[in-house]
Amino acid sequence: MKRKLEISELIFKIISYTLLAIFSLACLYPFVYAISASISGIHAVEYGEIVLFPKDIQFEAFGRMFNNNMFWNSYSNTLFITLYGTLFSMVTSILGAYALSKKRLLFRTPFNFFLVFTMWFSAGIVPQYLNYLDTRAVFNKIGIMDDKWLVVIAMGMAAMNIILLRNAFEGVPSEVEEAAIVDGATEMQVLTNVFIPMSQSTIATVALFFAISRWNGYFWARQMISNANEHPLQVFIRLQLENFTNPEVMAGWNEPYASDSVIYALIVCSIVPILIIYPFIQKYFAKGTNVGGVKE
Amino acid sequence: MKVRAADYLVYDKDKGVYQLSPEQVVRDDVEKHYWAHVGRTILKDWRLYLMLVPMLLIFLFWRYFPMYELLGCFKVSDNVLPVSQQLFSGFSYFKRLLLAGDGLSTDFWRAMRNTFILSFYGLCFGFPIPIILALFFNEVRSDAARSVFQVLTYLPKFMSTVVMTTLIAMLVKQASLVSGAGIVSQALAGLGFISVETAKGGLLNLPSFFRSIYQISGIWEGAGYDSIVFFAAIIAISPTSYEAAQIDGANKWAQMRYVVLPSILSTIVIMLITRIGSLLNIGYEKVLLLYNAQTYVTADVVSTFAYRNSIGAVGGSSAGSGLASAAEMMNNVIGMLLVIGSNTIAKKASNTSLY
Repeated sequence: MKRKLEISELIFKIISYTLLAIFSLACLYPFVYAISASISGIHAVEYGEIVLFPKDIQFEAFGRMFNNNMFWNSYSNTLFITLYGTLFSMVTSILGAYALSKKRLLFRTPFNFFLVFTMWFSAGIVPQYLNYLDTRAVFNKIGIMDDKWLVVIAMGMAAMNIILLRNAFEGVPSEVEEAAIVDGATEMQVLTNVFIPMSQSTIATVALFFAISRWNGYFWARQMISNANEHPLQVFIRLQLENFTNPEVMAGWNEPYASDSVIYALIVCSIVPILIIYPFIQKYFAKGTNVGGVKE
Repeated sequence: MKVRAADYLVYDKDKGVYQLSPEQVVRDDVEKHYWAHVGRTILKDWRLYLMLVPMLLIFLFWRYFPMYELLGCFKVSDNVLPVSQQLFSGFSYFKRLLLAGDGLSTDFWRAMRNTFILSFYGLCFGFPIPIILALFFNEVRSDAARSVFQVLTYLPKFMSTVVMTTLIAMLVKQASLVSGAGIVSQALAGLGFISVETAKGGLLNLPSFFRSIYQISGIWEGAGYDSIVFFAAIIAISPTSYEAAQIDGANKWAQMRYVVLPSILSTIVIMLITRIGSLLNIGYEKVLLLYNAQTYVTADVVSTFAYRNSIGAVGGSSAGSGLASAAEMMNNVIGMLLVIGSNTIAKKASNTSLY
């Protein structure tokens, strides 16, 4: 009996390790390939000679990107949208979630429903687009001509993130809050000195969710930002891809590196910042879904 | 809660009669002057309610106003007048989409079918794989090795849709020579899964490959990240449960069946509800970035159909925002019914509910 048990467990263990290793490598491979292809010579790229390691190393594809002002422009636009967007979303969400977490709040259930309903039913792309056109008209009227602010303010609120924050605030023991109130703390001080420090990890997680979605946002940025100088990085990458896969544009390609290398270089430039901070934020990411996933 | 007389009556010793208690007087007052009471409470606590205002305004302006805009699907739209000034036209757009039988109507039915197929496949393949992955993670006893596996498998989740679709486009790109085709096409051709001609044509240009590419890239992107919640549920299982099962002679399979599965069932149910709830919310961004005119047959979903025929229309081929809104309306109403339905069933079946 004992022997049979060990065999079944051993088999499962071997299967687990093998499949995990394969899947992990499959997750990593495209990125390694992109890096290799971005610094390989034109012949190696165009004739599929790269499998894993770069060949005939050149850095001109990167050089071309770095010399392109539009690239730096789009990078700074993305930083702008990510920074201000995350800040704006965090401030409004924390304030709202704090109020929603209070049992004494009147109409708490309707307010919650007001948020949750947006998770059930969304108007769809077309009505949203018409709505943004109206928003832009209003923004222009009050003097905000930069469409990036439209993306910052009108986009990217997520009911799920607010619910995550609300749940974290509800988990703060009421005794701590009462003690602060007895000591004469105002509502704002209770929030900044008690609730925010006590829900740090959830706040970090939610900030991360907002920041990632801002950094990666593409569709609405492309729809809403009309001026090409204000396009964020994701829109720039896509436009470059569309440009470089257009046969008419590519007919006159006469460079010492492949056009694909430029695309790969762009991809590498876009993911490097994320790869650098990834080890530090990964644990928050894992924590966030645990908080959000199950609440019985 | 049962109300007893003692809760609202007090004995007044001086007069020798029963009177309403002060609390009950307040309660009665609240009932009689409800809105005055509401006003007083809000005024007393105005800071708290002020905190709520920015969030509510954002949701009102950019989540609920679009829903009002959606009413354009019942109106005659000429793309000039605001919705409030348009004439009510009833269900003409819906009739047009569902019954007209012309090209637009056929396209709509195709988009509807594709939406269901893509989301159903996503549920069939995308849902179980994270659970299996979590079981695998649980087998890795060394913390270092597990961290490496986890870091690598969560990684694609951080990539934007644009980067992911660009990578896909490059990995399966077309070429005049098979050696110039994307590395994945080359590998598949080399292994004999696809013909050389197919590899040269570019997999993204072939309708029959779109669904596989969509699902496989979805699993590649999300499986690791989605496994986190299941893994958390699995490591919460007490080791004594396994030991008890082992003493009873349970092999690995029996342990899975009788120890692990029951313990993570409620997590599975909740994740399943969430999944079914967002079933029709196909990531339009991903489809929009991956599809092209050659693959509309299998790739076009309702959102992209609506987009392409209104705001994304090229060269005056717009069918109007009212018609597009009608298409999205049908999609989203079905989606909402799915959320409410799955939530109700889950509540009845297992007493776990999400909302």
